[in-house]
Amino acid sequence: MDATTKKELMKIACKIRMGIIEGTFHAKSGHPGGSLSIAEDLSYLYWREMNVDPKNPKMKNRDRLVLSKGHTAPALYAALALKGFFPEGELSSLRHIGSMLQGHPDMKKVPGVDMSTGSLGQGISAACGMALSAKISGDSYRTYAILGDGEIEEGQVWEAAMFAAHYKLDNLLAIVDNNNLQIDGTVEEVMSPYPIPEKFAAFGWHVISIDAHNFDEIEKAFEEAKTIKGKPTVIVQKSIKGKGVSFMENQVGWHGSAPNAEQYEEALKELRETLQALDEKGGE
Amino acid sequence: MPEIKKIATRDSYGNALVELAKEIDNLVVLDADLAAATKTGIFKKQVPDRFFDCGIAEANMMGVAAGMAATGMTVFASSFAMFAAGRAFEIIRNSIGYPHLNVKIGATHAGISVGEDGATHQCNEDIALMRTIPGMAIINPADDVEARAAVRAAAFYDGPVYLRFGRLAVPVFNDPDSYQFELGKGITLRDGRDVSIIATGLMVNEARMAAEELSREGIDARVINIHTIKPIDREIIVKAAKETGKILTVEEHNVIGGLGSAVAEVVSEECPCLVKRLGVEDRFGVSGPAVDLLKLFGLSADNIVKRVKEMM
Repeated sequence: MDATTKKELMKIACKIRMGIIEGTFHAKSGHPGGSLSIAEDLSYLYWREMNVDPKNPKMKNRDRLVLSKGHTAPALYAALALKGFFPEGELSSLRHIGSMLQGHPDMKKVPGVDMSTGSLGQGISAACGMALSAKISGDSYRTYAILGDGEIEEGQVWEAAMFAAHYKLDNLLAIVDNNNLQIDGTVEEVMSPYPIPEKFAAFGWHVISIDAHNFDEIEKAFEEAKTIKGKPTVIVQKSIKGKGVSFMENQVGWHGSAPNAEQYEEALKELRETLQALDEKGGE
Repeated sequence: MPEIKKIATRDSYGNALVELAKEIDNLVVLDADLAAATKTGIFKKQVPDRFFDCGIAEANMMGVAAGMAATGMTVFASSFAMFAAGRAFEIIRNSIGYPHLNVKIGATHAGISVGEDGATHQCNEDIALMRTIPGMAIINPADDVEARAAVRAAAFYDGPVYLRFGRLAVPVFNDPDSYQFELGKGITLRDGRDVSIIATGLMVNEARMAAEELSREGIDARVINIHTIKPIDREIIVKAAKETGKILTVEEHNVIGGLGSAVAEVVSEECPCLVKRLGVEDRFGVSGPAVDLLKLFGLSADNIVKRVKEMM
């Protein structure tokens, strides 16, 4: 990936993080930790990978994204707003009565949301359905699903994993965001889903393991996925929960609590500095 | 008089799907390893490229159905009522009901008439579960003619529908040439002034027979077929309450949460009168031949007659 592109994607990821902080602060609730860990994914998906049109969000042959870990909606909303699906000013209405930005994504309310999610384990099944639809209709769109590492403790995920391999859904790409933390502690303490790559491989998937915050690895993985035929691909990414806001990083407490006014200022200050540094230095 | 034909409504379901495939390009049928029993196997044989077995994984099947519907497909997802409405309830609620997707849940083997398989497979709770999901239409057809028409209506209706079918072959009493199905509209099968018997599903025919017997005993019973339990036909129920003053509901379902509850809700809000509920008395089923079980649980014309007389 060239330096200019990488710098742009990093800046977008940083802006997505600012949107997450904006939304959760004004909502006084929400899930910043797991939202911050997928900012690079959303930056890459919406600005490099996916065929979408903010002016025509229901475009028939658009690529689909199912945020199976639906509680990280603040990240999706921030990305969609930045991309132009709706005004960025909407982000501060997150979780408010009358807002289209529900606590979890609602496909009927928010332009650009392809599937309503929130109850863990369900989105990946819907993504399988979309991928199968494309297969039988001869449509070229691809379907992407983002899952949490805690989420894959749900049995339905493995029903879906079996299904995707059985029907050879090579137009489906799942991302498992392995930030190692869930509400009650580390995933190992609560209910270990490890080893994740081996489990998906055993279910018949092509598995790629990457660093979630490295755009070179993200690009390589997405390109590799497109070459895999006859089976679905999963990217298992090691990520940092709370990434980009130093006092939130790797802190389980930031799974589901919002920053107060002081923390909000501190987080935005850090992200603004990150953005400024990117502008000045031109990348890593 | 020629012997009346008997057909299980699950067969009607499978046959209706084959007919619909000729008209609806984007129709797909999903099943969870029960195609031979739910009768989607009839569709699988005729339209193999639009049939997808999801294996014994009902939760994923409902999610796959939701995803396919989100891309514009008309999806029928099938299993036994127990595993569709029961096991997959939350997926139906969140992935299908909440986004109001175009998924038709074809739930066969409802009620105790499943027979020998016993309590684990006899679902008497599905109507109650489905009624609480906003926007979910619920249809419980009474015979082959009505079941085919119901599948058709569901296919052309925009939104989620729960279709309830039985395993047991039941008499075909509706006239295929004159029968008309309208979603949400009950059907008065017999007029009467003394009492109204409001029935659904395979209890409708029992109610018809009970009314004949009651008539011989001087009781003029109205018989109403409520094939659509949601949205329910309030008008026909209020009219029955006003004109007959007494209502007996009859269903092959727990008396809690099903047709009886739905009717009582309407009547108590709009025209209070005596409502008695005949159904499965808040207990689990048992193994046995279906016909014998229906008698054992009081789901028969004889017992309807008895219960009506107690109300007079």
